[in-house]
Amino acid sequence: MDETTRGNVWVFIEQEAGSVANVSLELVCKGRELADRLGVRLEAVLLGNGVSGICDSLFSYGCDKVILCEDPALEPFTVLPFAKIIMRLIQERHPNILLFGATFKGRELAPRVASEKLAGLTADCTDLKIDDFEDKRNNKSYTDKLMQIRPAFGGNIIATIVNTWDDPQMVTVRPGVMKLGTPDPNRHGEIERIQANLDPTDLVIQVIERVRADKEVDLQAAQIIVAGGYGVGSKENFSLIRDLAQAIGGEVGASRAAVDAGWIDHDHQIGQTGVTVRPRLYIACGISGAIQHRAGMAESKKIIAINTDPGAPIFSCAHYGIVGDLNVVIPQMIKAFKAKH
Amino acid sequence: MGYRILVFVKQVPDTQNITGDAMTPEGTVNRAALPAIFNPEDLNALELALELKDRYDAEVIVATMGMPAAAEVLRQSLYRGADRAVLITDRALAGADTLATSYTLHCCVKALGNIDLVLCGRQAIDGDTAQVGPQIAEKLKWPQICYVEEVRSLENGRITAKRTIEGGYEVLSSPLPCLLTVVDANSPRPMHARRIMKYKRAATASELQKRDPENADAAIAALAADGLLIEERNAASLGADPGRIGFPGSPTKVKQVMSVVLTAGEVKQVPATEAGIGELMHELISDHTLG
Repeated sequence: MDETTRGNVWVFIEQEAGSVANVSLELVCKGRELADRLGVRLEAVLLGNGVSGICDSLFSYGCDKVILCEDPALEPFTVLPFAKIIMRLIQERHPNILLFGATFKGRELAPRVASEKLAGLTADCTDLKIDDFEDKRNNKSYTDKLMQIRPAFGGNIIATIVNTWDDPQMVTVRPGVMKLGTPDPNRHGEIERIQANLDPTDLVIQVIERVRADKEVDLQAAQIIVAGGYGVGSKENFSLIRDLAQAIGGEVGASRAAVDAGWIDHDHQIGQTGVTVRPRLYIACGISGAIQHRAGMAESKKIIAINTDPGAPIFSCAHYGIVGDLNVVIPQMIKAFKAKH
Repeated sequence: MGYRILVFVKQVPDTQNITGDAMTPEGTVNRAALPAIFNPEDLNALELALELKDRYDAEVIVATMGMPAAAEVLRQSLYRGADRAVLITDRALAGADTLATSYTLHCCVKALGNIDLVLCGRQAIDGDTAQVGPQIAEKLKWPQICYVEEVRSLENGRITAKRTIEGGYEVLSSPLPCLLTVVDANSPRPMHARRIMKYKRAATASELQKRDPENADAAIAALAADGLLIEERNAASLGADPGRIGFPGSPTKVKQVMSVVLTAGEVKQVPATEAGIGELMHELISDHTLG
């Protein structure tokens, strides 16, 4: 191994049936920024079977190299073989930073790897940057460490965490929070194929049945979102939210309260336990704006809040506030939009 | 021979009801300032264990790591149907991150011995990391099934469980011993009136010590005779390496903590009238927000 294999920034690439997860591309963009800041290479770790078609896209978003492992035992995803291969790569090559998406797969895989490596791991980060760290308690200072920024304590605080032990510095990052850059189709890189070399002990978990469908809604890609909360009042009345979304060409979102009430499917939930979005326009209808909800939408470019309670916290992150009854306001919005459009 | 099922539970501050003095100046959580509750998904894990006990011959042991006051979640577990409760408490465990916590809890699994299944809630509402379960499994070199909704079967040395995945579900089969993390997919049973009558006196030795130092020995002996003494373990009695627990065993340090304050930004008040709404929609169309 020459020196350029050590100390790099790595992104674990998540894929389903050969199609790359959005969060992985977001992490490639963030990883490029971190690698440039540190003067190291950005490498992707891609595991699966029949997934090499993803590599060009990874290069176009900024990867210098893809470490590719294809093996029939890696489809569908199970945690033990993935953890085994990543652990072996870490021990051979000592990356400085390793990024995972905070998805179902990432959140069960990353802790398994961190535990074996005895590495620190910070979950669900919403921002990452490079900075120095003064550990006053132990009187030690560290330079160029990864600042791992995450909401904690139910979203009531934002903590900056630093991993003070040996490499790698590992984090999972929430989907939708890192900006997706513009791909450059002329950018190319190197593919290194490696062997899986698995033992029977890595394959003890059997997948008996697997049922999945792509989500019907893609809130993270939506430029306009109309979201309803508990103030909508009933399942029937949620049609108002759908009507407005349809009229102005948006997707339908919801707060946890509306999902818990059974008015709309969990796929539509925005916030700490749902998805994080940053659309061009977010219209919050009858949403009080608990911190858990605001955590998932406060970065939207323009926010309109409609609520009967002028003291609702949602107004504190809104750009436009309408104190009024959504049953009256929404039809007026639809009418006004159609008249002017 | 019956299965031995260990459920790890946690007493957590109720993060839905945060008050001003909830954070210390060092940026750690002042747990004393908040109401303490049974971590919600740990109740789902306990319920799953009790359902397995209803279906199979099984013993359900509940353990928690925390302050002496965390004995309360153990009593609540006994009220619901757990057979045995263990409190892991030690000042040396303070400041543990998920790596140090999972090391300590894996020591507990080993110390109890012959455990077939470990169940944990998917995540705790104070940290929301979901890391401790998989890390315990790795430390034990056991397989794990995360995000379990229900157990389909427990037979021939294997467990078959249905779990949530992105956009659907999977049914996985794993050999025992195995660790499961459990999601909010069952309805935890209420506390049982007769069990409350029986176990309300259950306490740890240090609770009795605190209540009445002079007569503690007699009280401890009396509770033990009635089978109501909640076991207490410290780091040494779990055989834990002092360098791998608490603050020294935690690679992650908190650099800074900031409260999320509601910044009163510039909110443009739009009158809820036809004219007001019309003007707003016009503005959004003109600046190409709507399109």
